[in-house]
Amino acid sequence: MLLIKNLKAEINGKEILKGINLEVKAGEVHAIMGPNGSGKSTLSAVLAGREDYDVTDGEVSFNNKDLLELAAEDRAREGLFLAFQYPVEIPGVSNVNFLRTALNEIRAYRKQPAIEAKDFLALIKEKQKLVELDGKLANRSVNEGFSGGEKKRNEIFQMAVLEPKLAILDETDSGLDIDALRIVAAGVNKLKSKDNATIVITHYQRLLDYIVPDFVHILYNGKIVKSGGKELALELEENGYDEIKKKYDTAAV
Amino acid sequence: MVTDKLTATHQLQEELTKSSGKAGFMPVHEIGLALQYLEEKGIPNAKHEDYKYCNIEAVLRKEFKTLSGKEIDADVTAIKKKYFLEGAYNIYVVNGKLLVNASETPERSDLLSIGGAPAEMLKKHLTKYAPANSDVLIALNTAYADRGMFLHITSVVEKPIAIHHINSAEGNLFFNTRNLIIVEKNAQVNITEFYHPADAKSFNNTVTEIFVGEHAHCNHTLIQDAGDKNYSVNATKVYQETYSNYTNMCFTFSGALVRNNLNTAIDGPFAEAHLWGLFVTNGTQLVDNHTLVDHLKPNCQSNELYKGIANGRSTAVFNGQIFVEKDAQKTNAYQSSKNILLSNDATVNAKPELEIYANDVKCSHGTSTGKVDENALFYLKARGIGEENARKLLLHAFAHEVISQVKNDRVKEKVSALFEQSLLS
Repeated sequence: MLLIKNLKAEINGKEILKGINLEVKAGEVHAIMGPNGSGKSTLSAVLAGREDYDVTDGEVSFNNKDLLELAAEDRAREGLFLAFQYPVEIPGVSNVNFLRTALNEIRAYRKQPAIEAKDFLALIKEKQKLVELDGKLANRSVNEGFSGGEKKRNEIFQMAVLEPKLAILDETDSGLDIDALRIVAAGVNKLKSKDNATIVITHYQRLLDYIVPDFVHILYNGKIVKSGGKELALELEENGYDEIKKKYDTAAV
Repeated sequence: MVTDKLTATHQLQEELTKSSGKAGFMPVHEIGLALQYLEEKGIPNAKHEDYKYCNIEAVLRKEFKTLSGKEIDADVTAIKKKYFLEGAYNIYVVNGKLLVNASETPERSDLLSIGGAPAEMLKKHLTKYAPANSDVLIALNTAYADRGMFLHITSVVEKPIAIHHINSAEGNLFFNTRNLIIVEKNAQVNITEFYHPADAKSFNNTVTEIFVGEHAHCNHTLIQDAGDKNYSVNATKVYQETYSNYTNMCFTFSGALVRNNLNTAIDGPFAEAHLWGLFVTNGTQLVDNHTLVDHLKPNCQSNELYKGIANGRSTAVFNGQIFVEKDAQKTNAYQSSKNILLSNDATVNAKPELEIYANDVKCSHGTSTGKVDENALFYLKARGIGEENARKLLLHAFAHEVISQVKNDRVKEKVSALFEQSLLS
């Protein structure tokens, strides 16, 4: 589904990603872990199509299309979804209106007719339950005045409505208490199928107790330095990132 | 230089003397004062601080050097069909003249052409809130106004009032229109003035004086969409008594030049003024909003929010003055202006001015001008919404804060539609 080869990217002339290789297949859950500043958020931003970053080398194919050639909105329409680490507040745009616009643009791209109003309402109701999102929040302005937990739940709610093929969760666990974490994780797990895939980007192992990954990758200094199964996350939890840093700092210099 | 200035002024006066009708409503001595003030100051150009960005003299020289053409009788049936607002008292005004027979008089109110207004009303109010020596365009209006409307509200008018302004003329004309709106003690009224698009090329110099008596409420909306052949200076001068409430909403969507001079003098305690503005400028348009809230008495509040979207090579100005006079203790006065630039060639000049002479007050002001929020734009695009729609959504959201304040749903619909349209041009 997603194939990343030797991806290099920089911002303001500073290289952040220094040759990422990763393959994600349908039905898989991948975790990307790493200390602060290792390039985790840059990777998700580059994949989602943020224009602040310059890709200097490498290629990314998504469903056999050149992802890097596509505008951000077309990546979303192809089925890529980024759950933001910091969801943006947009006063004046209602959550529901925003989602219906998004869903219909995605459907138009796939040559499907616009969704009927009553079908959309039913869909919203069903998906709200999934992340236990208060119905009132759906009618409010996008993320405006939402608590940290509500914002993250709103991300998963949007994901549930848009049904992406590949979801990238960027530090979705940051700022969440344990109850919110459980709700968010349960939502993600319910959305999992053999046809879609998930990349969980996180600093801590905590989230991976709830969303169990098939593969864990350690990102450090712009490269994936180690990959393994879910036990790698536990190892990291025990030893911290110091060991990784010690081992690869010398290599990097 | 001085002679230059007066040349333009004198030339306009000559033209106006030829083209203006005779009107007896303005006291002769006021006309005298006005002419004297005109002679002193001359038509403003860029050297006049108040008209720094709005060079009226240049416009006159370029577009209205000579006045020619004639007024054309409007097709009332067609106008009604086109503009009639459901659920409202509809009033039709052509080239500043009230169409008495076509218009509906609101319940327990008087609606007359200004020339027919009761002498004691004119004596009490006319020129009191817009004295000739406060502004050159007001002086010009005082000296040459030959048309206008008198609206006298004496109780609570339930249905909203829709005033439709239409220009119907050939050639290029200059209209000086003088309106007087009196909202008596305890009365309440909701007035929307529509400035509809016109094919006629004209300069409309309008002065509207509004009196809002004790405990009276006046909700006043202006929807300016007179089209790109129209030049207008609109002075709205409001006087407020104790416990009164005046709300002005000013929407500007088209017009080659639109200069709004909106003042309210809050001259009784516990009164409120709310000023809302939204403008979208395109092409080479110039929209210049000058507002002044004068707090004269204690325990009053004023609130002001102006929002603008500037596109093309247009220029927009917001100049918001708040005066808090010595007696106006416990004043709450807030002002904010927010602007979005859609093109690199558009300009917004925003200037808040607070002058506070009382010591126990709460006042604040703020202004910001920038581009569309890139983070929000990316967020929308990352959900599959295309660039154009994403921008539109954000601009709607920006405008919503003002548009949502419109009380009447039908008026709100009209405003929303015009806003939508103005984003496309």
